[in-house]
Amino acid sequence: MANVTITDVVKNYGSLEVLHGVSASVADGEFVVLVGPSGCGKSTLLRMIAGLESISDGEIEIGDRVVNDLEPKERDIAMVFQSYALYPHMTVRANMAFSLKLARRSKEEIDQMVNRAAEILDLSALLDRYPRQLSGGQRQRVAMGRAIVRNPAVFLFDEPLSNLDAKLRVQMRGEIKALHQRLGATMIYVTHDQMEAMTMGDRIVVMRAGVIEQMGTPLEIYDTPANSFVASFIGSPSMNLIDGIVQNRDGASVLETPDGTTWPLPANARVTAGAAVQLGIRPEHIHLDPAGLVAEPVIIEPTGADTHVQMRVGQQVLTGVFRDRPDIALGDTFHVRPDTSRAHLFDKASGQRL
Amino acid sequence: MTTKAKAKANERRTLALDILNHGALTLVALLFLFPFFWMLTNAVRSNAEVLAIPVRILPNVYEWGNFAQAWTQLPFGRFFLNSVIVSVSVTVITVFVSSLSGYAFARLKFPGRDQLLMAYLATLMVPGIMLIIPLYLIVNAMGMVNTFQGVILPVAFGTFGSFLLRQFFLSIPLELEEAARIDGASRLRILVSIIIPLSMPAIGLLSLFTFIAQWNNFLWPLIVMTGQDNATLPVGLTLFQTQQRTEWNFIMAGAALSMIPGIILAIVLQKLIYNSISLNAGMGGR
Repeated sequence: MANVTITDVVKNYGSLEVLHGVSASVADGEFVVLVGPSGCGKSTLLRMIAGLESISDGEIEIGDRVVNDLEPKERDIAMVFQSYALYPHMTVRANMAFSLKLARRSKEEIDQMVNRAAEILDLSALLDRYPRQLSGGQRQRVAMGRAIVRNPAVFLFDEPLSNLDAKLRVQMRGEIKALHQRLGATMIYVTHDQMEAMTMGDRIVVMRAGVIEQMGTPLEIYDTPANSFVASFIGSPSMNLIDGIVQNRDGASVLETPDGTTWPLPANARVTAGAAVQLGIRPEHIHLDPAGLVAEPVIIEPTGADTHVQMRVGQQVLTGVFRDRPDIALGDTFHVRPDTSRAHLFDKASGQRL
Repeated sequence: MTTKAKAKANERRTLALDILNHGALTLVALLFLFPFFWMLTNAVRSNAEVLAIPVRILPNVYEWGNFAQAWTQLPFGRFFLNSVIVSVSVTVITVFVSSLSGYAFARLKFPGRDQLLMAYLATLMVPGIMLIIPLYLIVNAMGMVNTFQGVILPVAFGTFGSFLLRQFFLSIPLELEEAARIDGASRLRILVSIIIPLSMPAIGLLSLFTFIAQWNNFLWPLIVMTGQDNATLPVGLTLFQTQQRTEWNFIMAGAALSMIPGIILAIVLQKLIYNSISLNAGMGGR
């Protein structure tokens, strides 16, 4: 068990800098998810923690050791790859035992450790099979088994569920979380799927273009996104962002969009008239209200439990999520009221939360 | 036409095409097999009958004793052993060295790597025959004329092998190596425990090519091995050919015998190559 401390870490490939001085810390036993769009540097950061990529500048500590110059095997970590990276010519048992054999453990010890890991992951019946004889979910579990047997201080996961179908992904999500609770180990998990990040992480680190945009618990990030990028990246469907200029009307601040519609602003908004801002409203905070703004449906997507509706309000296209089956049909109009008490405001130029 | 009749007509057309295809393939196969057939039938004729005109496809009298006579008239067992020593040594050294250099060219990062590979590949453009005299001079200077190391060492390192294995190693997912590194494997351990077992098709192929090339190699052993005791099979077979007379039947019998190890190796390695290919279908667990 160990905490992980990342201090001002930089990664260059020649003259190209892909990580621009990243700092973060992961507490002992914590489950931290690195999330961000493709190319944001999250996998690079994970691979630097693993020792598969060199560290151009800065420091990574695992436990109380600086690991910058240590080989992967000396870092007391285990990693689960997106492709699982199981050795195709070895049985499940041999795959799981490989690291123990290299560590020159005794035969009895190896058997005992492999059997224990197989039991935890329900793999006991598959130990003599080859990876090609396993389903995707089983391979995934073997990859985790290979990590568990070594009893590492830190588990690293690099998009481990991307190759699974939707149903299996949800199931494995639960299994990884259960594993975390059972082992109590430090885990760092990379994904581009914000849903995985929200449901699995004790804390989420949102990254973009080589910098950390925000760190916090899933609900902190959801409820108070630090900027408009985090606001639109976390949450599905994405938050609605409405561009406009702050105006003073009858002593209250309102947002006026270029098409002339006005939107009420949160009462506590710290804005001055004339400022260019973005108003952020989550789809579930748009309510049906006969006294509200006129909306014209563009796309209606029933999911069963909810209905996602893309609608045009003035010149803005917004997405709303309504419980059950609202009485909305293409070609009609209906009325909505954004819940501005729960809206977010961002500076238009910097994107920062106001 | 009804659907049934159409289906029947289709079936007939497919059958006709099949017969045509297989007929053509059989013809080509027979063409390729004919030299072997000719070797085997001439191996069991008397020398007079080999040279007799008109030529007969099958022998008049089967002289099965030719094989035993070819084996005993010259130290054939010795030639056989020499060939085994040379071919096996060259194959083992080539596979060993090519694995190491192929891995270095595929995965290790060092300055000038790609330029060095290009230089290696450029040597493939030099005709081997041009190198014979310089190589002989080197071998002679090193005092290795008429020794096994003189025959083995100059041909034991193959550019082709390095390139073949490099290309194959490149097709193995990098993540497997990274997983092994995290599991605690050194570079050499990765090569031995992960890369080579997964490259058995390429290694089998390289072994087969190298072995057969050396088993049949004539010119280089002929030049380096000056003593009869050190002759390999292809060189030894020429001893049936003297100024006065050529014993074609014994040459053919000897050639037939000398083919046996190559055929056995091809059969054995074929299995290995196929098994490995089916194994690799699950590569990377994908």
